[in-house]
Amino acid sequence: MIWIAIRMLTGDRQKFYGLLFGIAFSTLLITQQLTIFVNLIERGASGVYNVSSADVWVMDPVSRTTDVAYAMPSTALDKVRGVKGVEWAVPHLRANASVRTKDGDLEGVAVIGVDDATLIGLPKSMVEGSTDVLSQPDAVIIDDVGTTRMFPGESPIGERLELNDQRAVVRGIADAIPSFTSTVVLYTKYSQALRYVPGTRNRLSFVLVGAADGVEAKSLSDSIEEQTGLKAQTRDEFARDGVQFIIENTGIPLNFGITVLLGFIVGVAIVGLTFSLFIRDNIKQFGALKAIGVTNGKIARMVAAQAAMVGLIGYGLGVLGTVGFIYGFSNNPTFKGFYIPWQIPLISFAAMVLIIALTGWIALRGVMKTEPAAVFR
Amino acid sequence: MSKSNTAQPAICTRGVTRDFPAGQDTITVLHGIDLDVKAGELTYLVGESGSGKTTLISIMCGILWPTEGEVQVFGTDIYHLSDTELVNFRLENIGFIFQQYNLIPAIDAASNAAVPLIAQGMPRHEARERSIEMFDKLNILDQADKLPNQLSGGQQQRVAIARALVHEPRLVVCDEPTAALDASSGRRVMDLLRDVAVAEDRACIIVTHDNRIFDLADRILVLEDGRITHDGTQMPEDH
Repeated sequence: MIWIAIRMLTGDRQKFYGLLFGIAFSTLLITQQLTIFVNLIERGASGVYNVSSADVWVMDPVSRTTDVAYAMPSTALDKVRGVKGVEWAVPHLRANASVRTKDGDLEGVAVIGVDDATLIGLPKSMVEGSTDVLSQPDAVIIDDVGTTRMFPGESPIGERLELNDQRAVVRGIADAIPSFTSTVVLYTKYSQALRYVPGTRNRLSFVLVGAADGVEAKSLSDSIEEQTGLKAQTRDEFARDGVQFIIENTGIPLNFGITVLLGFIVGVAIVGLTFSLFIRDNIKQFGALKAIGVTNGKIARMVAAQAAMVGLIGYGLGVLGTVGFIYGFSNNPTFKGFYIPWQIPLISFAAMVLIIALTGWIALRGVMKTEPAAVFR
Repeated sequence: MSKSNTAQPAICTRGVTRDFPAGQDTITVLHGIDLDVKAGELTYLVGESGSGKTTLISIMCGILWPTEGEVQVFGTDIYHLSDTELVNFRLENIGFIFQQYNLIPAIDAASNAAVPLIAQGMPRHEARERSIEMFDKLNILDQADKLPNQLSGGQQQRVAIARALVHEPRLVVCDEPTAALDASSGRRVMDLLRDVAVAEDRACIIVTHDNRIFDLADRILVLEDGRITHDGTQMPEDH
């Protein structure tokens, strides 16, 4: 009977494709939007992920993320270095600045000052050039997403910039995870950054700390907090706070949540309507089957098989569509590094099962209510 | 279900009454029908629209509960069976031919005819082979692979007959089998039905008001306002 059910469904091509479209569209919308949402909010932690060598981030107690930081006095660095268990501690500066491009446009950039001696604070790898270029006068390294924004279609190497009214020369391109706002990032030495970013008496944004062998990052951050009065967080904690900041301070979760909900509702509407139409068109056949002697249980299994078939194929198409979307836009800087966390296909699968169960149940009620005697009317 | 016990009438109804709700009131469609239908006969159930013939045929084949009364089909009191037993009884013992055929449009003619066997659990290919044997008897062997919408009305009716007979039921119930056919096609279908459906151990009841085929009946029951008003081998003069 399952074979008959499947043939009944695939034989009505319009409704079959309509059902597939409904499920695929819904799955695509839910999976794609959740993927973009997760990847976007993870960018709230990009500043932390870009500095893979730091075990602990030390900051002023009021600082919240890499982009929302209150500067500390330079003596903080020495305080941190004095804590037992600290292998190394280096200064890290993050500030906003303005760049005038050669076309005369003004671009807001983030300036990141990394330790002069060790260059800790730079992203792990470079797209072009080496980290050594920072030893050259006025040298800055631009991030790859910034390159596409400021120098679309051309190499930025050797380009001169007017950075806060001072000369800067692009000497390399870093392979960095873009920030949440995709701001252009210019990396330079800490001492150079202090020149580029005029400001208040205190300008040390963070102290990056490496833990000594055998010392756990969490216990080290606790020790630093206890002994310096500063705020210290492990890499993972600080990354999580960056993500949490985006969730709490933007409308993104609500907006994406609404889109995901709409995807679900559209799925229920399209699939429910099409499935009900399909059942209504075949109600005489189902009635005849019931009269002949097909039990309600077998009828239910037939409808379940039909629902499961469109559900699985539609879900597969929807997930494939999302994979195609992510792959298709993988070269676009806006979507750089985007991936589909394994939990998201599971969530959209659960949504699909819910849609199918709900619409299948509604359709099945129509069949179950049909009296076999109706075939004689 | 047992397929023996042919000494008894094929169908025996006693005091069958059926009420339907109509707003606050109830309408009695059948008034205490007592009826014996014998095997080996082609029995017509004739009556105007609203006379209760569809209700009676539905009750006799176990798809509509009577309000009162008793129905035995080949000795089985079908309304004392459980729901599942009744469904299985229909599947084993009754073949249906519907006025609108109710074939499944997406499967070919032979598979349509094989549906009762598939529902009984027979493997699909085996069931289809059995239905093709029936197609041979009905002279539609060349239509076996066609979809219902590729067949004429008469051919679809033959497929419906094949479906009703493929599992060798003891009772065949036909609802207006000639209503959608022209006179000659209708006559051919009835001749065929008489040849293949009427057997010594099988009862065949036809609901009809098609006077073109009355002469083919062995027995004609006329139903008026829920009562049997005529029981004979021919239609009464005043009809």
